[in-house]
Amino acid sequence: MSSVFPEDSVGLVEPRIAHFAEPLALACGRELADYQLIYETYGTLNAAHSNAVLICHALSGHHHAAGYHSPEDRKPGWWDSCIGPGKPIDTNRFFVVALNNLGGCNGSTGPASLNPATGKPYGADFPVVTVEDWVNSQARLADRLGIEQWAAVVGGSLGGMQALQWTMSYPERVRHCLCIASAPRLSAENIAFNEVARQSILTDPDFHGGHFYEHDVLPRRGLRLARMVGHITYLSDDAMGAKFGRELKTDRLNYDFHSVEFQVESYLRYQGDEFSTRFDANTYLLMTKALDYFDPAAAHGGDLARALAVAKADFCLMSFTTDWRFSPARSRELVDALLAARKNVSYVEIDAPQGHDSFLLPVPRYQQVFSSYMNRIAI
Amino acid sequence: MRADLDIIQEWIPAGSRVLDLGCGTGELLAWLRDHKQVTGYGLEIDPDNIARCVERGVNVIEQDLDKGLGNFATGSFDVVVMTQALQAVHYPDRILDEMLRVGKTCIVTFPNFGHWRCRWYLTTKGRMPVSEFLPYTWYNTPNIHFCTFEDFEQLCRERQARVLERLAVDRQHRHDWGSRLWPNLLGEIGIYRLSSPGLQDHPVAP
Repeated sequence: MSSVFPEDSVGLVEPRIAHFAEPLALACGRELADYQLIYETYGTLNAAHSNAVLICHALSGHHHAAGYHSPEDRKPGWWDSCIGPGKPIDTNRFFVVALNNLGGCNGSTGPASLNPATGKPYGADFPVVTVEDWVNSQARLADRLGIEQWAAVVGGSLGGMQALQWTMSYPERVRHCLCIASAPRLSAENIAFNEVARQSILTDPDFHGGHFYEHDVLPRRGLRLARMVGHITYLSDDAMGAKFGRELKTDRLNYDFHSVEFQVESYLRYQGDEFSTRFDANTYLLMTKALDYFDPAAAHGGDLARALAVAKADFCLMSFTTDWRFSPARSRELVDALLAARKNVSYVEIDAPQGHDSFLLPVPRYQQVFSSYMNRIAI
Repeated sequence: MRADLDIIQEWIPAGSRVLDLGCGTGELLAWLRDHKQVTGYGLEIDPDNIARCVERGVNVIEQDLDKGLGNFATGSFDVVVMTQALQAVHYPDRILDEMLRVGKTCIVTFPNFGHWRCRWYLTTKGRMPVSEFLPYTWYNTPNIHFCTFEDFEQLCRERQARVLERLAVDRQHRHDWGSRLWPNLLGEIGIYRLSSPGLQDHPVAP
């Protein structure tokens, strides 16, 4: 690619690391004595510090949400379609912070980091972290950056859960919550898919109970399978039909089990292979557990409206018609709870064929509503 | 503001909680928020209208009125408003029931099919009336449940809804002597304020 970035790109960006020596108490009862968070920022923090927006990432996301790390980068950050000058999260107006969550594998303290107690990688000994824990760690990052209150906390999927949690954990510190393609808790079916993913990792002989780093191997097969299953749930029947149909890679059927025959098989294998070389198996386990455990209503007798009663933010929820992982009905559960709790909320159901992944894509109506909402946020 | 909305806003007390069914671009709710400290939500299904609501900071929920108001608690709004949508829903009677359940009072506006121009059109041409105000033909109209003032009031009686106020206006939303004298013939648009049968008397404006 050329050395000049697109005009609506934040351009060249550089990650930074914030180190925290103050112990962080976790929901599981354990604590992290010492940890670091890797993050990126785009745009400029204004004098009043009133234009900061936090981006929360989903299962396999990280701190590199927009722009490029080098002019040679083939692809920009994972949410580049929505962050940049003139884009829905307009970096001409907002100061955007994106981080990699604790337990991640992109530079924040996680299972592959050295455990100070043993001098070896944490591996399976890394504590199970929850959405609440993440939000607490993000609040410390906000303190570090001098951000008393976010203009908005924004996230899709698991990121949406964090945005939601912010409004309950730190009601005074969030003015707007944008919760996209998300859910107030996982359904049994959602948990079931996560369990299949976990089992495929846990039963890979190369997993070594999570201590594969010491054996100098990677549980690639397990991670690959986990990603393949996950990936199916991110797409829709429509999207797969349109993209692959029953098209074959070969010109005839081979009547065997090892040939890659259908295009969709080839695609899934590619996705799985690519993912298994860049992602950490322990992180994958942690992320799926954080998803499974998230259930803010549980502490309020299952009453989501009561859980949300403390929130002071205005809410914007969006869902996508063909998303079956976190269907529109799941967003409407949230909307109904917010209505019952008498919160300011807007809800939009976007007609898009791409399934759960839609939230990462430049769907025109999605971007229009996203922009409209962000633009009306006073800074 | 649209003329009918200007009439309606007078019937909405300051500081009240309002649900606007088919809220369009959010004009009424934005005005009420800015001038009367009214809070509330609009329900809408048209994407452009929804975008406009979001832009002006009006709470808008994408929700189809034909699927009911089951997600709203009984008596949870001071006023439920529905302007120019009654004739476009699949079950006007059910939505009316739902409005009366959710709102302490309801405001409904709709075009009067008993207006003399409609009657004249049908009598002389023998065809479904088409006008500037209602420019659709029978096969492509979104207005699938036309009624007259008499019809609507009959429905209110059946549901034991109380008509607290009624205004019959022309298409410029003037209420002159004609529409006052003979509303079902000379009024083009009806603006009704209702309350559910269970509720106590509300003061009726003179």
